[in-house]
Amino acid sequence: MTTITPINSPSATGGEAHDHHSEHGEHPDLRMFGLATFLVADAMTFAGFFAAYLTFRAVNPLPPGAIYELEMVLPVINTSILIASSFTFHRASKELMRGAMGACRGWLLLTAVMGMAFLGGQMKEYFELPFGLTDNLFASTFYALTGFHGLHVCLGALMILIVWAQAAQPGKFTPQQHFGIAAAELYWHFVDVIWVILFALLYLL
Amino acid sequence: MTIASPPSPSPQPLRLQPTGWLRYFSFSLDHKVIGLQYIVCGFLFYFVGGALAGVIRTELATPISDFVSRDTYNQVLTLHGTVMIFLWIVPVVNGGFGNYLIPFYVGARDMAFPRLNAVAFWMIPPSGLLLISSYFIGGAAQSGWTAYPPLSITTPAMGQILWIVSVLLLGGSSIFGGINFIATILKFRQPGLKLMQLPMYCWAMLGTSILVVLATPVLAGTLILLSMDIVAHTGFFNPASGGNVVVYQHLFWFYSHPAVYIMVLPAFGLVSEILPIHARKPLFGYVTMVYSIMAIVVLGLVVWAHHMFTSGTPPWMRLFFTIATAFIAVPTGIKFFNWIATLWQGRLALNSAMLFSCAFILQFVFGGITGVALAQVPFDVHVHDTYFVVGHFHYIVYGGTVFVIFASIYHWFPKFTGRMLDENLGRLHLALTFIGFNLCFAPQHWLGLNGMPRRVAEYDPQFTLVNQISSVGALLMAISTVPFLINVVVSMVRGTPSGPNPWRALTPEWLTSSPPPVENWKGAAPLVHEPYGYGGPAGVVDLNQASGRDLWRNEP
Amino acid sequence: MRIPSAILTLVVGMALVLLGQWVANDVNLLPESASVNAPVYDELFRVLVAIGTMLLVGMTGVVIYSLVRFRRRDGDTQDGPAIEGNLSLELFWTAIPAVVVLFLGIYSYDIYDRMGGMADLNGHGMGHQAELASVRESGPEDENRIWGGIAPAQSSGDVIPVEVTALQFAFIFHYPEQNITSGELHVPTGQTVELRMKANDVIHAFWVPEFRIKQDIIPGQPTVLSFTARKAGDYPIVCAELCGPYHGGMRSHVVVDEPESFATWVETNTPATLS
Repeated sequence: MTTITPINSPSATGGEAHDHHSEHGEHPDLRMFGLATFLVADAMTFAGFFAAYLTFRAVNPLPPGAIYELEMVLPVINTSILIASSFTFHRASKELMRGAMGACRGWLLLTAVMGMAFLGGQMKEYFELPFGLTDNLFASTFYALTGFHGLHVCLGALMILIVWAQAAQPGKFTPQQHFGIAAAELYWHFVDVIWVILFALLYLL
Repeated sequence: MTIASPPSPSPQPLRLQPTGWLRYFSFSLDHKVIGLQYIVCGFLFYFVGGALAGVIRTELATPISDFVSRDTYNQVLTLHGTVMIFLWIVPVVNGGFGNYLIPFYVGARDMAFPRLNAVAFWMIPPSGLLLISSYFIGGAAQSGWTAYPPLSITTPAMGQILWIVSVLLLGGSSIFGGINFIATILKFRQPGLKLMQLPMYCWAMLGTSILVVLATPVLAGTLILLSMDIVAHTGFFNPASGGNVVVYQHLFWFYSHPAVYIMVLPAFGLVSEILPIHARKPLFGYVTMVYSIMAIVVLGLVVWAHHMFTSGTPPWMRLFFTIATAFIAVPTGIKFFNWIATLWQGRLALNSAMLFSCAFILQFVFGGITGVALAQVPFDVHVHDTYFVVGHFHYIVYGGTVFVIFASIYHWFPKFTGRMLDENLGRLHLALTFIGFNLCFAPQHWLGLNGMPRRVAEYDPQFTLVNQISSVGALLMAISTVPFLINVVVSMVRGTPSGPNPWRALTPEWLTSSPPPVENWKGAAPLVHEPYGYGGPAGVVDLNQASGRDLWRNEP
Repeated sequence: MRIPSAILTLVVGMALVLLGQWVANDVNLLPESASVNAPVYDELFRVLVAIGTMLLVGMTGVVIYSLVRFRRRDGDTQDGPAIEGNLSLELFWTAIPAVVVLFLGIYSYDIYDRMGGMADLNGHGMGHQAELASVRESGPEDENRIWGGIAPAQSSGDVIPVEVTALQFAFIFHYPEQNITSGELHVPTGQTVELRMKANDVIHAFWVPEFRIKQDIIPGQPTVLSFTARKAGDYPIVCAELCGPYHGGMRSHVVVDEPESFATWVETNTPATLS
């Protein structure tokens, strides 16, 4: 292939590419838009799982003795922790917007710890449940749904810890430039909303 | 992915990325390089899929199973379907032409997320190789591209798991691409360019990407559950453990019916670009074309169970999905009538791009007619899972999409390389493909109606002659790629130089050199408000019926 | 002399209708019709072929005519007319296909109803929905639930039940009333047969092309298929769902006898020790 024009590209150096035409500066930052679109896709994965669960529940009779009253105390505590962690994250963003990085980091760390507490609670519940992964259809669906959500929580907590560590550098996040924290927050709220639906379907329905 | 950092002076460009032919093997961020990577990579997999089709048609030349073993035959048909769908058609019409054209059409220098774009492409070769290598390590999956349980749970696990991993990776690549297209089309447009001024391919890609983002994750989730059934012995889809196999079918077709539109909508868009240029007329009915794409997207998401009319579906469900499916014919029909109206009274250049597009119209109409027939439950109950269905969907995906891919290559090759393809070889390619294709797939409708099921290695002797005709057609199709390949290779080196705009086109990709510079235009990007503003001076033609021009304008 | 285009269009339209009718009625694309359902099915098929032929030939004609009539001569660099659309034309070709498709949907619903497809599978009317909701508590008595297929109509009188078991790679037919087990299906003409189908391993499908009926046989989800044969003969039973390496060889026969010879077959095959 022949190249007619001399290559005059800024090329890729660690993400600073594609700016030498001035109009590029005018494009908005689309990363949040991209993340939101990705979360729509992720939500569809959960939607597929929920649809499968509801269908199984509606049409597939379970063998006798396979219907359990799920223990409610621990899950309710867990749910409260996760919901509360959305508010702590929100608080972290508020501190960020005020420019109080120290307070922001504190709230971020608290959020991550609450996320991990949730995961710990989930683990405890797994060990105490009277059924295993392959016992019956309900058991399998229960573990698949909570496990897939747990992976999301795990990933979210990791993201929070990363932005928490990054926030230690002065000037990394400012009230104007804070994609990392904003992305982690959107993701965290998403994981939270999914959990509320999941909790309602698995435990309350 | 940083695209919005403040404009830096960038004194001397750093040449970290290769610039010659090597860049086509690199992690390039240039949307044009990525587009061509998709197209060439897709073509290589097309040859693999074609060779597999050759095995199938050779086996079916005789009524007994004598060419490959029965296990191998099932592996071959599974690989053929998976390769052709996930590694050839979807990547080429979406990733290939989408990446090459969409930034031009929205007046941008690149896609919204160039790095994600490169990642999406580079997920394809490894997963393709993984899929094909599964054949050599313990045998590929044998349960068809649909992987229905419990068959997919009971056939050898290794091949099935590799199949799942590969399809998950390809689905991920497809989702990343879809996110990129949505962001680029909706948010990355040149200031002053309105949505209703975009070329039709942008709308097609927007619709396609919406389907990709909404439907592909459901397939991913389903395949995760299926792999748990295989590896961890859960029982979601395994009736032996209390599971429900029909739920898998619902979830699978929730993706895989929209997948048909993921393959076909971009083709609709490409044809909408090609026809006006070679007919020297505006695209007829722009606004209805846009609405019909969106109608297809919405309807496409609610018709999946028409693949399951003979399955465990209650009567009311069969009725609803019949009506919904048949109604897709309405927006699809609008598009075809509009294309024919675009041709009408035009000044048609009978070149390869135009002829391939017209062949697409005829073949897709036939596939659409059999499609409406298949939507009718009583009709479907007889021909479901027979060669009628095989004939039908090859008319859609090959007679439809693959013909458009060829039309597009004849149309955009001058842009890719700066040289024209040879028209005589092109018409020879068209003639061979057209005859071969119809010879191969038209008789299969009769086979299905008369009792030959699909996915079989052996059949009743009464079907021998028709199967042999079909195999001859397949051979012609294989031969037809020879003039095409010669044409591409020779023209790339010695073809007539095309100049920037050999077709005198108005869409933005032609308003730059061929091939275009790295950031598409050397100066400012042109702002094209009327991508289809062809048309002779008033008075030359009878404009009595042409009251539409004012009606269809957005602005006076 | 110039013929007005309206007349030309009319003539072309009539020719298309005639062609469609001719293809639908005189070109035989289907195998023999050996069940009571088959002629009903063929009626729908003919309507579909007629409409399809008209549309396909019509559109092919217009495309080829355009390619010839409007082709660009060498050296011609003019554009065509700048027609960007026409609202009444758009409305026309939105409305007509919508009406045709709606008609087809209603018509095929009627055909399906006449083939028995809308008959309630589990015989408790609209209580079915409620049953779905309560199935979780209802336990194992639901094993007899029918998940799909064509149930015999209420009016079909004396029904011969046959239990069908599909397994890799064979069909086994069991006549519960006579306790006959057979590898091929024997049925009399003129009497409704109800196949109660179960699969042992993977999904199979029961298809008799000459009867125009097919139903998946799904492990864990019993299905039903009923038909009335009308022509004596020997017809293939085909498995139509990929079920493993020997899927292509999973075949059997349905032997349709006159009622007298069927009675003889039943008599000779009934096990002697019938308590």
